[in-house]
Amino acid sequence: MSGWYAAAPLIVAMTTAAATTLAHAMPRTQRALSLAGAFALLAASIALMDAVWRGGMIVVQSSNWDAPFGITLAVDTFGAVMTLIAAITGAACLIFAIPEIEERHRRAWFHPLSHVLLLGVCGAFITGDLFNLYVWFEVMLIASFGLMTIGGTKAQTDGAVKYVALNLVATLLFLLAVGLIYGMTGTLNYADLSRTIPNVGNTGVLTASAMLLMAAFGMKAAVFPLFFWLPAAYHTPLVSVSAVFAGLLTKVGVYALMRAFTLLFTHDVGWTHEILLWVSGLTMITGVLGAAAQSEMRRILSWHIISQIGYMVMGLALYTPLAIVGSVFYLVHHIIVKANLFLIAGVAARLTGSMELKKIGGLYQSAPLLGVLFFIPAFSLAGFPPLSGFWAKLILVRAALEGREWWIAAAALVTGLLTIYSMTKIWGEAFWKPHPEGGEAAAPLAAAPAAMLAPIVTLAAMTIVIGLFAQPFWIVAERAAAEMLDPTVYAAAVLGGLP
Amino acid sequence: MEVPLALLIGLLTGVATWLMLSRNLIRLLLGFAVLGNAVNLLIFTAGRLTRDVPPLVPLDAEAIEGAFANPLPQALVLTAIVIGFGLLAFALVLAWQAYVRLGTIRTDEMREAEPPGEVKP
Repeated sequence: MSGWYAAAPLIVAMTTAAATTLAHAMPRTQRALSLAGAFALLAASIALMDAVWRGGMIVVQSSNWDAPFGITLAVDTFGAVMTLIAAITGAACLIFAIPEIEERHRRAWFHPLSHVLLLGVCGAFITGDLFNLYVWFEVMLIASFGLMTIGGTKAQTDGAVKYVALNLVATLLFLLAVGLIYGMTGTLNYADLSRTIPNVGNTGVLTASAMLLMAAFGMKAAVFPLFFWLPAAYHTPLVSVSAVFAGLLTKVGVYALMRAFTLLFTHDVGWTHEILLWVSGLTMITGVLGAAAQSEMRRILSWHIISQIGYMVMGLALYTPLAIVGSVFYLVHHIIVKANLFLIAGVAARLTGSMELKKIGGLYQSAPLLGVLFFIPAFSLAGFPPLSGFWAKLILVRAALEGREWWIAAAALVTGLLTIYSMTKIWGEAFWKPHPEGGEAAAPLAAAPAAMLAPIVTLAAMTIVIGLFAQPFWIVAERAAAEMLDPTVYAAAVLGGLP
Repeated sequence: MEVPLALLIGLLTGVATWLMLSRNLIRLLLGFAVLGNAVNLLIFTAGRLTRDVPPLVPLDAEAIEGAFANPLPQALVLTAIVIGFGLLAFALVLAWQAYVRLGTIRTDEMREAEPPGEVKP
């Protein structure tokens, strides 16, 4: 029976996508269905989290074809946490989208595409099979292509070309690695792979496939030096679309990296994880420096996504229990904060008329409350206590110090410092300085629709709650990390008593 | 059979890499199509090439006797072909849109999203 918990998020998202497609000619019905679907997905993922927390890992063998032959769904604590956070982000961004999207955006299939995107994201978190991960990635990717081009401005077309081109390459690298791994092991089931990979004699080809997967997932996660598609594209689509992208899409890449390099490829940690460590440090530094050179709100925030990805990969690369806890904690904190910052940038642009920092100002005078709402995620991103980002960074830096990796700890701290620089730049330019001469003054907060503010307030409240009551989140992250570091538990849950 | 196919995969990958390094968007997409075929052949070859009976259980039997062809790589390749086809179709339409809206298919001339020569703060 518990299998239904794992399948429910997928069934809900797929049903909603189909229902919103059928209701395309009825705008009000389609919107209602879309919102209902988003909340149903949230409910399903809460139920899944609850079931996994109480009863341990949930495994579904579809049509009773036992692993490794059938299609396996397998959800451990990490997968359940990620599904839950994806559903939260999806619901927040869809509520924000109600006042934002116009009829022409709706006609470009905004609602069905959004739910297909959530379907792909949840599927990637729930699947227990490498080839199915590829399929879910593609579901997510094709929906994201559609969402990215809704609106059809010149900048969007340009950004989409780069986004599509690099993601196509990543896709093929992934598939190439899948082919090689299948050739060596004869299986693509995660659990089966985790048992067969240590017995593969040809470690050279094994490491080569691991590197291909690292490149493919790294490109999706936007790590150094494969991130160029992200700052080219993420500032161009609708605000609600870019918020859901910023929150979720790169994190699916991080999730896949963490799965691959805890469950599958731990045969040569000294080599693979050392590369990851260097990559993470360079990602942090280049991301934050790239952000310092920008003067458009969403472009600054896009570069910060890259820099923050570095922290998550750093936890994986250190590969100690504490570091993995840090990565999981960071993922949860980051998705909420980053989606919220994009939403706030959207409201700020709506009140002032632009995302370009030079053209705007005076927000603190006209909408002081928005300043407070910006302050919370911005300083959480930079790692100020007692907000959620502080704990996330604290755990990771402590793990680095315990592992005697001094330079990565230093890189993490310097990146935090430079993050403050970018956040104070947005604060100083958009909120503090008076509105530039010639333009209309910034509108008061009351001019922003309540449906835009509600998700922002909710996400900001979650940031504060994670910061003030970090203990329960720590416990969840600790259990997720413990499960990840012991692949035999995962394998036993999926394969049962099979040899 | 494995060796000629491996060489063919290598050749296709080389051609695809060369095409994808071009600044012309259409060449890049052609490269993607060729690389997709190389990868599909690789999955097919990785599943071992045999001359065995199809994996079908005869009507009057409970199981197949003797060696049979591995059906899984074919299923994987079929899925990959369909997905690759969908992605390529979207990418071609996008290239057309880029040509209509931006007036170019050269990637180094597409500077709308990240305009050059911006004043740094």
